Amino acid sequence: MDFTFSKEHQLLRRMIREFAQQEVAPLAAEIDLEERVPFETLKKAAQVGLMGVPFPQKYGGAGAGEIGYCILMEELNKVCGATATIIGAHTGIGAMAIYLDGTEEQKQKYLVPLARGEKLAAFALTEANAGSDAAAIQTRAVRDGNEYVLNGSKIWITNGDIADILTVFAVTDPSLGARGGVTAFIVERDFPGFRVGTKETKMGIRGSSTAEIFFEDCRVPAENVLGQFGAGFLTAMKTLDVGRISLGAGCLGGSQAALDLAMDFAKSRYQFGEPIAQKQAIQWMIADMATEIEALRSLVYRTAWMMDSGQTGREFSTMAAMCKLYGSEVLDRCVDKCVQIHGGMGYMKKYPVERMYRDARITRIFEGTNEVQRQVIATNLFRKVGLRLR
Amino acid sequence: MRIVVTIKQVPDTNEVRLDPRTGTLIREGVPSIINPEDKNALEAALSLREQLGGEVIAISMGPPQADDALREALAMGVDRAILLTDRAFAGADTWATATTLGMAIQRLGQFDLVLAGRQAIDGDTAQVGPQLAEYLNIPQITYVREFEIHDGQVMAKRTLEDGYEVLETTLPALLTITKEANKPRYPTAPGIIRAYREQTVEQWGIQEVQGDPEKLGLKGSPTQVKRSFSPPPKEPGEIIQAAPAEAAKQLISRMKQRNLL
Repeated sequence: MDFTFSKEHQLLRRMIREFAQQEVAPLAAEIDLEERVPFETLKKAAQVGLMGVPFPQKYGGAGAGEIGYCILMEELNKVCGATATIIGAHTGIGAMAIYLDGTEEQKQKYLVPLARGEKLAAFALTEANAGSDAAAIQTRAVRDGNEYVLNGSKIWITNGDIADILTVFAVTDPSLGARGGVTAFIVERDFPGFRVGTKETKMGIRGSSTAEIFFEDCRVPAENVLGQFGAGFLTAMKTLDVGRISLGAGCLGGSQAALDLAMDFAKSRYQFGEPIAQKQAIQWMIADMATEIEALRSLVYRTAWMMDSGQTGREFSTMAAMCKLYGSEVLDRCVDKCVQIHGGMGYMKKYPVERMYRDARITRIFEGTNEVQRQVIATNLFRKVGLRLR
Repeated sequence: MRIVVTIKQVPDTNEVRLDPRTGTLIREGVPSIINPEDKNALEAALSLREQLGGEVIAISMGPPQADDALREALAMGVDRAILLTDRAFAGADTWATATTLGMAIQRLGQFDLVLAGRQAIDGDTAQVGPQLAEYLNIPQITYVREFEIHDGQVMAKRTLEDGYEVLETTLPALLTITKEANKPRYPTAPGIIRAYREQTVEQWGIQEVQGDPEKLGLKGSPTQVKRSFSPPPKEPGEIIQAAPAEAAKQLISRMKQRNLL
């Protein structure tokens, strides 16, 4: 058993940390306030190869694997949840679906420019009546000659209005339901019939864009079917499985940043003639944060290691759900304690703590609510002992 | 253009903490980095290569773990990386270091330009660059914050305390680069992975540099460290606890007492 990061991953972390400090952190407050996508940062990230970190170099990526990608998400989330979310939706699910299930031709055509950061990706599954119940999607795709004609709409799509290439899930055979009746498609924003709707105003991760998208007789070439025809739901679930690890890694970064800020503050804030760090009430909060963070770190990187070493069975899927579930709940507790330790200062917009608190809240909701994660975990566990849950 | 950049691996002094009890440096867990101004030298070399074409060779003398510094240089984009490492090189002062680097550079054959960082953040001597130029018997310009190459000539702005001077000389030459010269590029993510998984750092020992052991390492070092010590800690300051107007009055009278006003 060896828990040390490889030399290349250590240098990658140092480089990303420097990039995050110098290029991402200075804009974090501004893009939150202005609800502005930091395109200038995305351009710089592309120049240093941070838009396709997990993918092999032959597909334009960095070749750093899931561990490398988790390092990216961890370090970015320490300084800016919004920027991390944009890159996460692009790399971790949008492009990831093409990497996992695309043909060699599709990878050359779409994954390469995405991994290089020349194009931006999004993952479009959620609909008004299909959130946690993703199998209930209603967007339809009907074959017409060499094309499919898509009709319907998706909501709350991260990067939905700014993506060049979208992985879209649509019903191809309503009689078959989710298993067999849903197909994934690669849609370019310039395809006729693709339209962007309202951009949402959000509580947190406000520098990332969340939009409604419409397909109005949107014509998609048949060669853009992603993965097996009718197996789109599997593609979605497989992609989300992987996305959950890096989501956990992002939560790890946010939690660590909350702990670091809380400790700095506890050291320098004097009350009753001494730093508040001398108070047991503060010490216990710090100790609890640090303990949960270390447990999360082990969970996240062990799961990333499973993926990089090809162990992607049911146990992996369970662990990935745990990364998302535990990560977002640790983050929730850490940012809450961080605000509490900061007192009034944690509530003021002048300090990053307030933004971190708002940014954290979405992690218990998006990419599968924590309630769904618990269901996934329990289903997998009981299946192992021979009981199929309803 | 064939450009040689000399780099040094140093402890990241930003990460160094003092032991609150003993007042000594805590070296444990301090990461090693490329000396910051050597990164400026690397950046200068790489952007010159982008302009004029050619080859950039990074070279470092150090223990085997200095391999990491050269991998980082590869990830930034240098074409070739050479680590001078041998027990015979150990214990070198600046003179013996410059001698070793000089011998190695001579083994490389023809070159147009040698770039070095102004000084290292651990030793702070700023001697190796100039000594290396002397060893190679080529002109040198130190404290360079800007330079241009034209027709076999280099024109450089050399930083002075209260301004700069513009100097010109012929190639090959050695320049020492300051942090004002540029903003070093980041190593790229794919570059980092390639540097460790596909590229090599050449290791040269005493045989490869064909050096005279008497001129290298501790034996070749005319200076020896006799003793090292920490300077006594600064006396703590005094905070005048009073309302602002009263505190200001007290401050002024104290300064007058000490003939500071």
